[in-house]
Amino acid sequence: MAKAKVTFLDIGVTVMVPVGTRVIELSEKVGAGLIYGCREGDCGTCMMKVEEGWNNLSEPSVVEEKVLRENMAGKHCRLACQAQILGDIVVRPA
Amino acid sequence: MHTVRESSLCHFRAVTVNDAALQPVTAPGLQDKAVALSDRVHWIGALDPTLRSFDIILKTANGTSYNAYVVRGSEGVAVIDTVKEGFSDVFFQRLESVTDYSEIKYIVLNHLEPDHSGALPELMRRAPQARLFISQRAQTMLKALLKHDAFEFTPVMTGDSISLGDRTLSFLHTPYLHWPDTQCTWLVEERVLFSGDVFGCHYCDARLFNDSVGDFRFSFEYYYAHIMRPFREFVVQALELIEPLDLHCIAPAHGPILRDRPKQYPAHYRRLSSPMLHSETGHEKTLLIFYISAYGSTARMAEAVYAAVSEVEGVRASMYDLEGGEVAPFVDLIEEADAILIGTPTINGDAVKPVWDLLSSLAVIPTRGKLAAVFGSYGWSGEAVRMVEERLRGLKMRVPVEGLRIKLIPTSEELAACDKFGHAIARELTGMQEDRIVEMA
Ligand SMILES: Cc1cc2nc3c(=O)[nH]c(=O)nc-3n(C[C@H](O)[C@H](O)[C@H](O)COP(=O)(O)O)c2cc1C
Ligand code: FES
Ligand SMILES: [Fe+2]
Ligand SMILES: [Fe+2]
Repeated sequence: MAKAKVTFLDIGVTVMVPVGTRVIELSEKVGAGLIYGCREGDCGTCMMKVEEGWNNLSEPSVVEEKVLRENMAGKHCRLACQAQILGDIVVRPA
Repeated sequence: MHTVRESSLCHFRAVTVNDAALQPVTAPGLQDKAVALSDRVHWIGALDPTLRSFDIILKTANGTSYNAYVVRGSEGVAVIDTVKEGFSDVFFQRLESVTDYSEIKYIVLNHLEPDHSGALPELMRRAPQARLFISQRAQTMLKALLKHDAFEFTPVMTGDSISLGDRTLSFLHTPYLHWPDTQCTWLVEERVLFSGDVFGCHYCDARLFNDSVGDFRFSFEYYYAHIMRPFREFVVQALELIEPLDLHCIAPAHGPILRDRPKQYPAHYRRLSSPMLHSETGHEKTLLIFYISAYGSTARMAEAVYAAVSEVEGVRASMYDLEGGEVAPFVDLIEEADAILIGTPTINGDAVKPVWDLLSSLAVIPTRGKLAAVFGSYGWSGEAVRMVEERLRGLKMRVPVEGLRIKLIPTSEELAACDKFGHAIARELTGMQEDRIVEMA
């Protein structure tokens, strides 16, 4: 199975995971500073900044794009409850 | 539509002669007319003197008011906020006393909660030409709240403004005070801030203005404590926008209109939102241990953890037995703390009530991102630690160090595990933990 490396910068933890995993499934287990509200791409609570590997995440859906816009997301921000990991990434809470 | 008579119990309205218990009227009866703040600005809200609780979480001993306003410019009229639906009649009467529906050019909603948006659909029906302005964050809420697809609206941000000819409304983006959608509207030429729920309180008094109503200080602070306190960081952000304004008057959506020394209210919010302990702990991280113990085992664990975290430089730890304290001051402490540790035995398959009482009282403070961990002694099943961990995660705290459970009385090796547990938490707290690689593939 293809693997990817996900680094949570705020706590200095790197996790090796199967490709296709969602960030939400990892960040809670390792106690990273990413936090969640609705868990379904609606509230914008879980916004993260992708420091490296921006192209190694699944494309944002139309709904995610809308929530990011409404929450005035900065550049390279994604919703951690939505984005699926396709390759190595480095993230931190936005 | 359910209609409520606002005059039914209001102490300051006309009283019958034989009703000796009520005070004489000290302000002119409001009638169903608008009340002037200036020749261009009128209050067209409603009083709700019989309400006794609001949003479930607040008591309202003398009711509340839903303040709405009309602003007149040389080129039309703007309506700022509406009222709870049941009070629509009096709202429209007051509105009609100062304007014709055809003159209404703009409607601004500072907050979509039903106590302010209740009369919006009817207002839009009566003034179909009016353009609706709401905040960016209000867009998806509007539809869910009003169950109406046909509303057109314009989302606005800080810096946006709209003109009524010789009067200008400009918008301040002040999210999470206390919903994601909240904003304030600034009437530039008159220096009036329509602040929505911010600087509001549930205090019903027909005299309307802060220089003539009764003593509403308690209501003001109580409202802050229950509605704004959970969003302290957002209060501070909003104050950055509000403090530079040369305020002539604050016109909130509930309670007295603050025209006498209006600047003292943002100043009071500044005090209420400032950390109390900061100066005393300096750069150290504060860590609080709360425990409770029937036979002393969880207490022994707490002491071992306390000793461990106290050894680490940069950590200021304190320990409290939940049996010996009240919830409210503990909540105040947690608000300022960087980390909290909970020690609880498992009793009948659960953590104990004083622990849940504390953890169910944290909704009034921001807990997001605080560090947390749980430990406890148990007899055979030990559910409490995991349950409390889940609750702490639910409160958006970080729980990076796995909870520590010890069966019955701790041995010396088990106390050493407490020591290790304490050090791991202190390292997380001070950022001294080493970078780690975790295999989950
Ligand atoms: C004081 C207050 C705080 C609220 N906080 C939240 C919140 O944090 N998250 C959320 O999803 N909804 C929140 N809401 C919105 C309510 O859940 C929503 O209005 C709901 O429809 C109320 O349901 P009810 O009519 O059964 O009371 C809040 C509402 C109020 C009045
Ligand atoms: S948790 Fe709500 S959008 Fe991700
Ligand atoms: Fe509100
Ligand atoms: Fe309100």
